[in-house]
Amino acid sequence: MTVRERLREKISAAFYRHGLLCASYPVPIILFTSASILACCYPLLRLPLPGTGPVEFTTRVRDYTVPSHEPQGDLGERPDWYRGPPVAYIQQVLVKAAVSPWDSTLVPVDVFRSPLGRVFSLLEEIRNHVHNDGSGVRSLEALCLQVTDLLPGLRRMQTVLPEHGCLLVSPGNYWQNQRELFDSDPDLLKTVHQHEPKGLHTSATLRDLLFGVPVKHTGVSLYSRKRVVTYTITMVLGSYDARFLSSLRARLRQLHPSVNCSLREDHMVHVHFKEEIGMAELIPLVTTYIILFAYIYFSTRKIDMVKSKWGLALAAVVTVLSSLLMSVGLCTLFGLTPTLNGGEIFPYLVVVIGLENVLVLTKSVVSTPVDLEVKLRIAQGLSNESWSIMKNMATELCIILIGYFTLVPAIQEFCLFAVVGLVSDFFLQMFFFTTVLSIDIRRMELADLNRRLPAEAGMPPPKPGPLRPREAPPPPRPSPYTITLQTPAFRNLRLPKRLRVVYFLARTRLAQRFIMVGTVIWIGILAYTDPAGLRTYLAAQVSEQSPLGEGGAGGLPPHLGVASVFPGPGGDPASTLSVLPAPAEPTPLPENQSQGHHGAPREGVPHQAQAPPLVPQISWGAEDEEGWRRLSFRHWPSLFSYYNITLAKRYISILPVIPVTLHLSPREAIETRHPQDTRHPPPPSLKTNDLPADLTLYKVAALGLAAGVLLVLLLFCLYRVLCPRNYGQNGVAHGRRRRGDLPCDDYGYSPPISEISPLLLRGHSMDIECLASDGMLLASCCLAGQIRVWDAQTGDCLTVIPKHGLRRSSSSGCWEQRDGGRVFDEDEGYPLRRRTTPRPALFEDQPDLTPLIDTNFDSQPPSHLLLTPPRDGFDFGGLVERAYLEHEPPSPGLTASYPSPSPPSGPPPQRRRSLGYIQPPVPQGQGTPDWESAVWAMELRGNLIAAGRSSGKLELWDAVEGSLRCSNEDGVSGITALAFLNNRIVAARLDGSLDFFTVDINKPLGLLQYRGDNIPPSPCYSSEDVISCQLTRSVQCAHQKPITVLNTHTHTYQVSQCGGQDGAICLWDVLTGSRVSHVYGHRGDVTSLVCTTSCVISSGLDDLICIWDRSTGIKLYSIQQEVGCGASLGVISESLLVTGGQGCVSFWDLNFGDLLQTVYLGQSSDGQGVRQLVVLNNAAIVCDFGSELSLVYVPSVLEKLD
Amino acid sequence: MPRLEEHCWSRSCASRVESKTFSGGNWVASRAEEMMSIVTTVLSNAYGSLHSVRAAHLIRRGLVLFTVGVVLALVLNLLQLQRNVTLFPEEVMATLFSSAWWIPPCCGTAAAVVGLLYPCIDSHLGEPHKFKREWASVMRCIAVFVGINHASAKLHFANNAQLSLTLAALSLGLWWMFDRSRSGFGLGIGTAFLATVITQLLVYNGVYQYTYPDFLYVRSWLPCIFFSGGVTVGNIGRQLAMICLCPGKCSCYFQPHANHISTC
Repeated sequence: MTVRERLREKISAAFYRHGLLCASYPVPIILFTSASILACCYPLLRLPLPGTGPVEFTTRVRDYTVPSHEPQGDLGERPDWYRGPPVAYIQQVLVKAAVSPWDSTLVPVDVFRSPLGRVFSLLEEIRNHVHNDGSGVRSLEALCLQVTDLLPGLRRMQTVLPEHGCLLVSPGNYWQNQRELFDSDPDLLKTVHQHEPKGLHTSATLRDLLFGVPVKHTGVSLYSRKRVVTYTITMVLGSYDARFLSSLRARLRQLHPSVNCSLREDHMVHVHFKEEIGMAELIPLVTTYIILFAYIYFSTRKIDMVKSKWGLALAAVVTVLSSLLMSVGLCTLFGLTPTLNGGEIFPYLVVVIGLENVLVLTKSVVSTPVDLEVKLRIAQGLSNESWSIMKNMATELCIILIGYFTLVPAIQEFCLFAVVGLVSDFFLQMFFFTTVLSIDIRRMELADLNRRLPAEAGMPPPKPGPLRPREAPPPPRPSPYTITLQTPAFRNLRLPKRLRVVYFLARTRLAQRFIMVGTVIWIGILAYTDPAGLRTYLAAQVSEQSPLGEGGAGGLPPHLGVASVFPGPGGDPASTLSVLPAPAEPTPLPENQSQGHHGAPREGVPHQAQAPPLVPQISWGAEDEEGWRRLSFRHWPSLFSYYNITLAKRYISILPVIPVTLHLSPREAIETRHPQDTRHPPPPSLKTNDLPADLTLYKVAALGLAAGVLLVLLLFCLYRVLCPRNYGQNGVAHGRRRRGDLPCDDYGYSPPISEISPLLLRGHSMDIECLASDGMLLASCCLAGQIRVWDAQTGDCLTVIPKHGLRRSSSSGCWEQRDGGRVFDEDEGYPLRRRTTPRPALFEDQPDLTPLIDTNFDSQPPSHLLLTPPRDGFDFGGLVERAYLEHEPPSPGLTASYPSPSPPSGPPPQRRRSLGYIQPPVPQGQGTPDWESAVWAMELRGNLIAAGRSSGKLELWDAVEGSLRCSNEDGVSGITALAFLNNRIVAARLDGSLDFFTVDINKPLGLLQYRGDNIPPSPCYSSEDVISCQLTRSVQCAHQKPITVLNTHTHTYQVSQCGGQDGAICLWDVLTGSRVSHVYGHRGDVTSLVCTTSCVISSGLDDLICIWDRSTGIKLYSIQQEVGCGASLGVISESLLVTGGQGCVSFWDLNFGDLLQTVYLGQSSDGQGVRQLVVLNNAAIVCDFGSELSLVYVPSVLEKLD
Repeated sequence: MPRLEEHCWSRSCASRVESKTFSGGNWVASRAEEMMSIVTTVLSNAYGSLHSVRAAHLIRRGLVLFTVGVVLALVLNLLQLQRNVTLFPEEVMATLFSSAWWIPPCCGTAAAVVGLLYPCIDSHLGEPHKFKREWASVMRCIAVFVGINHASAKLHFANNAQLSLTLAALSLGLWWMFDRSRSGFGLGIGTAFLATVITQLLVYNGVYQYTYPDFLYVRSWLPCIFFSGGVTVGNIGRQLAMICLCPGKCSCYFQPHANHISTC
């Protein structure tokens, strides 16, 4: 154990020093890390890039020997795959045939019928060729690659492709290599076409395979202009015999001399094919990568409380990826060649290495105190997590070590990679990521933190700043689950699901992006597989690389220099000679022979001179030399794959082609004609020659158009299904929206809006300042100082306590019906329909007695309790409890002042003079209300109105009588907030102190009445009672700044909250007086506080509503409101919150933070913010509305929720 | 509230029990029938029962799990095809839907059942799963599961015992890394046993066959795959049960966890 502890300490200290180092020199360390990453990745340059393009290597034919399996010393430029015998040797016989001279009597089919017919004799010739020398007799049967069955899925090709014998393909395969079938075939083109696959195919088709040249170049078409038919006979040889091949070549050349052929015949090309990734391999690969990205996404989403989330997420990903690259590079450097498919094991490696350490580091650093120096924060965070990081790493290394001893080569290799990857990942985490983190933390300023805080949920800041040095105990480090769990849980919006889906699609523009990405991918695929695209580039690259091809013109990219190199017998021989090496044969002989050929028909066709295109010209160019280059690069793999032979990671050798030129006379062509051939239409004009190409274009365009129309129709149907008919046609909603920016959610969706005509209570001449209610009565105070008491049920004005004059003016409520809204208009007094509201009997028969006011002022010295701040708030519970006990039994005539025991830890209390002692029978003298100062706070309980004035005076009024019952002038600083607690009053003052007053009721026996149905029944003060108000306790420095809100809630806990101007919210236990919790959430003043049994809702000047968990003090979430109306809050039920807005009130679901409904208060409500809001008995809302009061009933919402 | 959830869970348990009672040759047909009926009921109830929030949540979870199971079955079957481990009577083309049509729905149903069973058992045992409850961990778990399948299909081992032992160790490692709960282990073992028995029955009745059977009629590593699959699907199911897709319904599962957070 001690060893472990010591080890732990040492590791922690080392990490601390390392953190200091990283944070001190960020730039050099990042440079060093980048350099080491690059150095470790350098060996990767030697690895081949991934891709399926084949690689070529050219050797001479003359001294060719089959390469041995063993790598030889003089490798030179030899690629490492050039080992061992190839899969096969490809020998192609390239046949170019033409009917010459072209006769006008010939039909288009003659262009290719007789030339194709000659393939059978050629095949015969090739099959029967026997080379006989001293060593023995060789024939094609002995040399060729014997194939067995086709794959079972290719049964339809059984008639076409050879089985059980030599792999020898030619156009004759269409007719089973039988001349009779060919001759009796009425439509050759149909035969050829019937094997073509339907649809768009980019890979090799059967036609390509059999003809051996691209379709365009075969000339087997009714519209061929050149009238030269080109095809190949492809022999696939299993073994190489130079003598047989040369004798075959000589024989064919002798039979069919190619006069002007200048093809080079001394090079053979070895083509190595990469492993091909098929659909079956691709789908699991893609799946693993999708899982990998999901993992990375969910991991990096947890990075929080930093300046740049994206930057750090990128750094984390870079860390993992470059550690993998480093591991591969290092392994390559030390001679371990990766045999595993890198792309396949890569996701597993990432998952094994993981992003956890990075996230843990970030969390640890972020949760260090903000006011520390950056260096120290990094160091502390590192050292906090050092032990777990080391432990995890050791565990993983152990697991991998165990895996290494499974002695399975693949697993061993994987483990080796993983070990190197883990170590390099650790290195990068320690150097790269820590440094990036330090830079990020340094960039983050305190302002950022503060700005960010309200938006983030659930994380009280470790320390809000140096302003609060007394906050000694740092809050417990937030659990990593806090954000991920609570935020989505509570921010779930209650929207219809279909709308949510549609909004999501609209917000992210998913469809558009999918289409764009799809288009890009499609274009990429086309570009890759297009014969003119990537393959050209590959060929060019390969011929540049091939060392032997540089000698002659064959090294030129075959497709690039074609036009100028095109030699023709009637063309310019000088230019041909300059490019091509001169053919070995003397030129006169071919001239003669071709003359001989041309001479014969000269008599028959007198117009030959004026119609030069009528003589088809067979020309051999450099492009014929390696004609297979023009084929798809999947040509050979697909041919072999039909016989279940894979070319992946193997190579084939392509021998130089044997050129064969066939000139056929028109007579022969006519002889071989099938009777149906003449039925074909005459050759169309030149203009229509381009038709086929254009037709496909039109077809594609038409298809695309049809698809588009279909898509639109589909989407339309989808829209009709998803959205109701009249969706979005609600004109009222649009009209209402303009009234002010409604608070809308993330989806840009505003919940339903409605408008009601509230009951307007008029009477105040100026804006209403305070509002208080206890369910039955409603007291309001305007800026002018007038206090009015209303009946909360009917809206009658019961009492007016004017500013000037003390007499109670009995009110006569009158109301008028006006366009649906009931408006009380007291000053105008024009009753349209008078309704005599039966007042409660309680108010009816009140004797109008002069109250006996026995106000007992007991001045309590302000005890500076919090000069020496205790850790968890000052516990003034004992004091309050004593005071509470003393005053609990209402003893009549309690006039003596109780000196309070001095606090145990505070300095000796300074006694303050008692300010006033009011004699019991005071009619109006000393209890003079203070009319000069404004009413800052008001509270109503029973029929007693407590009003706190700016002068610091606390007045108690009788709500019904409108008479002043008592007043207390103990404090000098203004009372900013008031709250009733059973029979005590808590007053918060401007200087941040809390005063506890005790109200003593000395009432005659038997007159005790209870009114109201509150759970703790508030005592009713009848007018005979003697009411005394006594300051019992005072707590100073509860907040650093004035307390603005005070609230009590007596449900399960006796908790009183107060929010101050410093943005802090304190929860106090009323019984013990200790501070339960102390949270900061607002940037400005806390202007309003309400609470339910489970949470506390606060709103501040920053127009933010924060919802706190009451027991833990964790902020659940926050709602950003519009400007200027954050002050008004009310809780209707446990889960329904109502807030005021610009001329409207909004209803929120407390559990989820959803905006449920917005209710507009009347029509002319522009710019009038609701600043005060009181909920009456869970049924109605009273809010101020300029100088009016609005009484809103919200039955619909309530019914829905309860 | 918890009673309703319990009811839903017990319903899923009941369906599991029902599915167990099928046996033999008509198992596939009845399973397919059951699946069809489930689908139809889901489709018909999708809109009708949205007001009953909890049932909707359960159905949604089941659907998600079903989809996951189907996708995993398709993908992993492709992995197996490359090595020609399984041979289905019809053409073995290298396409996505190469396997028999009933394989993905069966796997999806099994995934749904197992994924719903895990949180159910957790709640019955009264010990909510708290270990690494986050989506990143779930993704990691799925990746490791796919990796195990990959290893079973692609790696060339000297003999079958070695392969099976390695896969068993990997499966246990998966459980230790991502689950570490008794109920998870027990349910995984149960799933593996049951699924292996079912596979044996299927192969015995000639529905399909393995190319190189080395353990009765199937491959010996099959239980390991089923075990890790059960753990993985259970992981997904627990995570799904924890997040709140609908208001209020998560509270049973969520509340103890929240308490756990506040206490620790």
